[in-house]
Order: sequence, then C-alpha cells, then structure tokens
Amino acid sequence: MTFEYAPAPESRSIVSISPKYGHFIGGNFVAGTKHFPTINPATEEVLSKIACGTKSDVDAAVKAARKAYVGTWSKMSGKERGKYLFRIARIMQERAREFAVLETLDNGKPIRESRDVDVPLAAAHFFYHAGWADKLEYAGLGTSTKPHGVAGQIIPWNFPLLMLAWKVAPALAMGNTVVLKPAETTSLTALLFAQVCQEAELPAGVVNIVTGDGSTGALIVNHPGIDKIAFTGSTEVGKIIARAVASTKKSVTLELGGKAANIVFDDAPIDEAVEGIINGIFFNQGHVCCAGSRLVLQENIADEFLEKLKIRMNKIRVGDPMDKNTDLGAINSQEQLLKIRELTIAGDKEGAQRWSPECALPSKGFWFPPTIFTGVTQGHRIAREEIFGPVLSVLTFRTPQEAIDKANNTPFGLSAGIWSEKGSRILWASQQLRAGVIWANTFNKFDPTSPFGGYKESGWGREGGRHGLSAYLKGVSHE
Amino acid sequence: MSLVATNFYGLVDGSDSSLKKFLSTLPGVDQVGAEARAAMLATRSIKTTSKRWAIDTAISMVDLTTLEGADTRGKVEALCTKAVRPDPTNLAVPHVGAVCVYNDMVGIARHHLDLVGGNNIPVAAVSTAFPSGRASMAVKIQDTSDAINAGAGEIDMVIDRGAFLSGDLIGVFEEIVKIREVCGEKAHLKVIFETGELVTYDNVRKASYLAMLAGADFIKTSTGKVAPAATPPVVLVMLEAVRDFYAMTKTRIGVKPAGGIRNTKDAIKQLVLVNEIAGPEWLTPALFRIGASALLNDLVMQRMKMDDGYYASPSYVTID
Repeated sequence: MTFEYAPAPESRSIVSISPKYGHFIGGNFVAGTKHFPTINPATEEVLSKIACGTKSDVDAAVKAARKAYVGTWSKMSGKERGKYLFRIARIMQERAREFAVLETLDNGKPIRESRDVDVPLAAAHFFYHAGWADKLEYAGLGTSTKPHGVAGQIIPWNFPLLMLAWKVAPALAMGNTVVLKPAETTSLTALLFAQVCQEAELPAGVVNIVTGDGSTGALIVNHPGIDKIAFTGSTEVGKIIARAVASTKKSVTLELGGKAANIVFDDAPIDEAVEGIINGIFFNQGHVCCAGSRLVLQENIADEFLEKLKIRMNKIRVGDPMDKNTDLGAINSQEQLLKIRELTIAGDKEGAQRWSPECALPSKGFWFPPTIFTGVTQGHRIAREEIFGPVLSVLTFRTPQEAIDKANNTPFGLSAGIWSEKGSRILWASQQLRAGVIWANTFNKFDPTSPFGGYKESGWGREGGRHGLSAYLKGVSHE
Repeated sequence: MSLVATNFYGLVDGSDSSLKKFLSTLPGVDQVGAEARAAMLATRSIKTTSKRWAIDTAISMVDLTTLEGADTRGKVEALCTKAVRPDPTNLAVPHVGAVCVYNDMVGIARHHLDLVGGNNIPVAAVSTAFPSGRASMAVKIQDTSDAINAGAGEIDMVIDRGAFLSGDLIGVFEEIVKIREVCGEKAHLKVIFETGELVTYDNVRKASYLAMLAGADFIKTSTGKVAPAATPPVVLVMLEAVRDFYAMTKTRIGVKPAGGIRNTKDAIKQLVLVNEIAGPEWLTPALFRIGASALLNDLVMQRMKMDDGYYASPSYVTID
C-alpha cells in the first residue's frame, strides 16, 4: 500500500501583484524609469516588473531619509519609535499569510518554510527590537551612544523579508533612518513591507526602498549622504563594499558567505543528527549563508550514517513550492542554478562520488535535486567554495582534533554544528571552532535575541541580540 | 504469526550481560530534535483522495477497545457488532483490526464476533495483570493462557515498569520471553511499555529493542490508563526502532500507539509518521494498529463527510 499525498496547494488569491512597481521614497510610491521582470522561479512566470533604481532615485531616497532623520526620527523618544515598530510587527503578523504566499511565489522557497519560519521570525525581529527602542541605556553599550543617521542596507534573495527585518528593525529601533535595496530577483515582499509602513503611519522617509540590481547597490554604497552600510550577500561583493567604504566616514557591517562544518561524532544521537544534517543543507534549497554544507563525519560510523542519510533523503519532497507538503522548492534563479551545476560538475571531475535520490523535477523553472558528494577531501572545490544550493560535501575524520582542524580549515567562519551526546565534548569543540554561531545537537535555529555573524571572510559585526544593536550606534563603549 | 525467536535473532544470548551490552550500543535520542521532527511531520496536509485512503486505512487498523471495570456482556457484544460494521448504513466501510477486551470478556467477544460475521477479526486480550503489571509470574502466565484458551488471537501484555526503571532489564526480558512461550503459535504478542511511566525517549528506545529481542510481534505505547500516552515523538522513536531492527534482522515488528488518539486528524498524523519514518511497508493492519475507542466514530463521521460534503449530526453514527 502506498500513501500518496494529494496536492495541497496554498491559494495565491490572497496576494495582489501589480503589473509594475516603482520605488518607495519619502512615504510614497514613486514611478521608476526603467524596469526589469521578476519571475516565479518555480514556473518562470513573469510576476511583475521591478524598477531599476538610478542615481536620481537613490539621491531622492537618501534625501528623504536625511530629512526624516533630522526632522522627525532623531528627535522622537525611544518609546515613540518603539510604538511604530510594535505596530509594524503586529501588521506583519496580521498579514502573515499574504507575506508567506508572496515570498514563496517570488523566491521559490516552500510555503511551509515561508509560513513557519521566514514570516514569523521577521515579525519577531520587529517585536524584539521594538522592546529595545526605549531601553538602550540598559543595553550595556554605554550612555553616550548615538544613531549613525542614514543607513544604506543591501539584502540578499535567500530570505528576502527576513533579511529586511534583520536590517530595518534594529536600525529604526536605534534611531536611524534607512534606504534599503532588496535583491534584484526578490523585491516583492519588500514592496509589500512598504505598504505596511504606510499602514503603520510610519513618518515619511524613515524607511525608503529603492529596487534594482548591483548598479543600484553600488550607488547606495558610494553615496556620500549615507553614514552606515549594512550588507548581506556574497563574500565577493562584501570585499568590493569594504574597499569602497575604506577611505570614507561610513561604518559598515557585512554578513557574508559560509562553508559550515556540521560535525557528527560517533556518540551523536544518530536519528536526530541525520535530521539535523538534512535541515542544515536542504533547508531553503541550501540557499543559506550558514548552511551546514560540509558534513564532517567520524569514520567509524560513516557507512551506517550515510545509509540512514540516504534513506532520509529519499523522503524529501521536491516540487511545487506552493504545495504545503513540499520540502525542497525551486532554485531562486537561472544564474544560481548554473553556479550550482558548475560546482557540482567540478566535484565529479575532481573524483568525488555524487548521489541523489530519484526524484522527478518539474520541466519548467529552476530545479536541482538534493545531492550529496562522498569521498570529498579538503582539496576539493566543493569542500572549499560556497555552493549555495542543496549540495552536501561529506568528509570523514578519525580523532576529535582532526574534526576541528578540518572544520576550521576554510576562509569562512559563519557557523558550525556539533552532534554528540557528550556534554564535555560539545563544550570543548565549541571553544575550538572558529565560527560566529555554533549549534549543538541542532542546526539553523534563529532567534532575534541571539547574535548572528561571522569570523574571517564571513563578515564583520553581529546582527540580532544585544550585540546587534551596536551595529546601528556610534560611541559604543565595549565592555 | 512469527516463530518464537529462541535465539533472540542471534543478537543476544539471553544473559543479563549480553542484553545490557546490546542495549548500551543504541544511540541516544535527542529530545528537542525528536520532538521537532514529529512536529514538522504533523504539518503534512492530507487532503482529498489521500485523506479518503487514510481514513479507510486507519479504520482497518483500529483495535476497538473497551477496558472498563463496568464492562458487561452487552457492552462487549455491541462493540463486536460495531467492529464488523463500523457504519451500518455503509457496508463499504472496512472492519476494524481487532477487538481489545479484558481477559474475562475474551470468550464473549470471540463468540459474538463469529456470530455477526467477524470471524476474521481477532480478539486481543490485555494480559499480565493489566494495567499495572503488578502480579506474580505464575498469575501472569495463567492470565495469558486463560485468554488464549478463551479464543484470544492477540495478547497485549504489560511490562513490569518497576523492574525496568530499577535497572532489572533482564527481569523484564525474561518475562516477555515466558509470555512469548505461552503465546506460542496461537497468539500474536504485543508488548505494552506504558511510555508515560518510562518518561524518557531513551527509555522508550531501550524498551523497544528489549521487547523485540525477547520476541514481541508488536510494540505498544500505553495502556490508555496513564497520560501522556501515544504522543507523536514517542511513536516516532518506536517507528525508528522497528525500521532499524528490520535492517538488522530482516524481521518487521509492528507498532501500536494507544491512548489519546481520539480524532481523525490525530490518526492521520500517526499514518504520516509511519509512512515517513518506518516506511510504507508498515502501512498495513498486520504491522500498525491504533488502540482506541472514541476514534472510530470520528473516522466514520469524517468518511461520511467526504461522501456527502457536509457533517452529519452525531445521531447518524452509532454510539456503540
């Protein structure tokens, strides 16, 4: 007997998408000049046309943000700012389904994830930072902190709304105004968020959203009227930004790539570790900067563990992201799909063994099956470069020290996972690992109260928690 | 009915040391991770054709149960009639998996099932001083053989939780082995852990392997007298155990959650767990049962709703 799950598609009737969008500047939607299409990566259907921000658009946005900062936002008490943030958070919760459906249509991620992870967490970030707005003097960051002024924020396409919340919520709570550019392929939820700002009656110019591609991003980074740059994206672009702001007064936080090691010791809770590895690499199609893309597995349990991992991978449901039972959705863009293909072909050529479960991929849209490579060593490209897709590289180790050495042997250092039932081993390993976030017996757990950020080429600064507040303040005295 | 595993699948030799050694090799269960996995699987959306299939499958897996001090001949006979025809207005509704009663009701149930056309439905008897398990071994053996002689095709025994928790694992093991011997070829053996008293998932895993090695045909969560009972993470841990035991021995052991599964939604969540943890091979009454009483009526009502498109008044479903 087989238990086939009938399609359970979420209805898209709750969202209304305009055929064409402009920018959100000074509290109003303003028309753009040139446009590019945004598509549903699961079907290649054109959803809308997005404006590509020009120099005059960015100038207008910075000007509006400055005016709002000087005239309103910097003069407002923390308590009043907090009220606006609470209001935004509540409206996001009220419109949660709308955000989730739109995010899934535009990004390709499964509705289960946008509904259960992205949107609730985004609202939680606004709630959390709303609470800090009037309690800054108790944050332990000193008594003479001040907001930067106008923050330029550039966010990626993997968690469009959530990354917006990570950026906008702390910036506003600390008293900054913002010019935000969503990623080229995923602007729609940011534009819906602009409507939320209007609905919350947020003073005009406190949040400005300019859509566009990398050229628009560069205009923001290089704009002399911006005091602070916050960027989440690739290490490659992060380096360009770091160079660009190096000789300016701008302060900068960067949240960049990763190649996290998920270390499984032989005393791990095996079934939950299998689940954690699955979650670590296949959550959000592996489009996660902190994805556990390297499984570092103790050699004496490797065969048994990989067998269980493959059995579990056979159960991953790949397909229509709008189906509530889908586990793995579409790759966000053609460009990203080509990058994943290129790196996996390199894995084949360098002699690693590729394995994927049998799964029928839709004929339209951008798809990549869940994939693991065994027989990978530190010298393989797939062990060193960020693939940013549903592809796991498996390495083995014999001694705990070897596991740590392999895990740390990367230019990145965003996150790591440790799987062991032995408390002393977890504490020891977490002290040796050079990564900003370390999970023990779990993975990809996010919470606004917990700081997130990287070592080495994974970035500068922290987002979330008390640590994250200082990214949007100057004059912070470090304890 | 499987043969008594006299050599314990070659995995242990029946001694205390070999049993302890085997059980110590089992990996631990991370509570947070197990509960998260069960919660994720509870979000599966089962609709239309798959819901219809799931309802019929669940009905065929129900061990329709009455275990009350107030049970009478009349009550048990009514239950048997319902077991054969859960919906008397629709004979397309499948019959249940078994009827589960106390020892002294076994003969009555067997006789009445045969009378109303349910000769293919086994009677399951709760045994070994159910629900506490607090009696001498002689009494437990007598309890079991009585039930078998009265026509029980399935024995639902309880383990001695006191012995298990005090570390006397071999005592628990030997009790199961003895009851297995009493069952012989005549009765299927289900071993009840009372997971609400074992408390931890590590204990549930350990008890699962212990019972399977000792010759259980089924492992069962609870008596229904203690809460919590068949919670999804407990069932998940047991389904992992039977899946991995199959990999070791090529023998498929059944799983029976019992207690607290009262509506169709809960039952379907259990079937999703079976499907995605143990695998579709377990989606048969031969390997998965649900111990319940009120559940059957909700399944019947949901089935009517799927046919008719509206919810009927409860008056259209027989109360027993």
